[in-house]
Amino acid sequence: MVESINQKQNFLKGIVKDNPVFVMLLGMCPTLGVTSSAFNGLGMGVATMFVLLMSNIVVSLIKSQVPSKVRIPAFIIIIASFVTIVEMVLEAFIPFLYEQLGIFIPLIVVNCLILGRAEAFASKNNLISSIIDALGMGVGFVIALTALGAAREILGSGSLFEFKFVSEDANTFILFILPPGAFIALAYITVLFNKISIKNN
Amino acid sequence: MEYILILISAVFVNNIVLAQFLGICPFFGVSSKVSTSVGMSGAVLFVMTLATMVTFLLHQYVLVPAGLDYLRTITFILVIASLVQMVEIILKKVSPPLYQALGVFLPLITTNCAVLGVAILALGLENVSLLKAVFFAVSHSIGFALALIVFASLREHMELANIPKGMKGVPINLLVAGLLSLAFLGFTGLV
Repeated sequence: MVESINQKQNFLKGIVKDNPVFVMLLGMCPTLGVTSSAFNGLGMGVATMFVLLMSNIVVSLIKSQVPSKVRIPAFIIIIASFVTIVEMVLEAFIPFLYEQLGIFIPLIVVNCLILGRAEAFASKNNLISSIIDALGMGVGFVIALTALGAAREILGSGSLFEFKFVSEDANTFILFILPPGAFIALAYITVLFNKISIKNN
Repeated sequence: MEYILILISAVFVNNIVLAQFLGICPFFGVSSKVSTSVGMSGAVLFVMTLATMVTFLLHQYVLVPAGLDYLRTITFILVIASLVQMVEIILKKVSPPLYQALGVFLPLITTNCAVLGVAILALGLENVSLLKAVFFAVSHSIGFALALIVFASLREHMELANIPKGMKGVPINLLVAGLLSLAFLGFTGLV
């Protein structure tokens, strides 16, 4: 019973207490770069979550075989292999998303969130905990990216998931789908997030 | 003329940090003092130029002829990671003063997506040649330096400002970066 409560906390910490974007500020480049719409944010989040999950599984399985001196290069190779898989799958099956995310797909390799979890968690914990950790962090990342994408899309293009709810010629805050809007929107979402998490404590 | 366009485009119009969102981690991480931001900019200039040169040659003369183009991501990151290590070791031996100035920033650069990003972006240039790719990398690192140093000096001034409690720390930095990015948006249409 104690075990299952711990696993629940392990899962939830990635979403609220240690949220990778709002609290730990990891993986900021894709967070800001691809979130001009909710769909792009969701796609990037899921792609990153897949790589995070697979790398956590593999790292946790081989942790006793890898000498600690070469562990970082070994982790990077594992991560880069899964990123290459994601890159090829997206190009073949969802070319639209592949075009939209562009350079940020190969850059999942250098997302500090993934290497960070491999080093800080998966290399020290068993398989089950590592999977749950990856799922929690991954869901936290997906939520953050989708929320930021949705906020920017609503303000910038007056739509959500491509569904337009203002008339075609309405004036929207175009600023929010341009680069400065990413910083400004994330700033205010972080303020809100801080406020909510302080209240809950 | 073409080279001037690359330079202006990389520094002002498509600034690597403020318009393309590459290298955000060091942009927020090492921008609390102007002096450290200058050191970091120097290290990035050095590594980015060298990395682009090596990865470009590797891509052109090894990966493409061998039909291994799909291994691009995995080779590039390995090359960059080992290159950074090598540079660190060589600098320590050959030029201790330079190592003193750049040394602490070098390990940080491996996970700097700007370096990998520019190495990949350089492959997509029109009629790309080695000289052009290297010039592209130098221009982008100048853009990185400009953004980082300007942002660091803004942050130094902000220390004296009276900031609302909820905005302290991360949010105000993001907001200032947003305004800086807005200023750079004014260069759109220059090229």
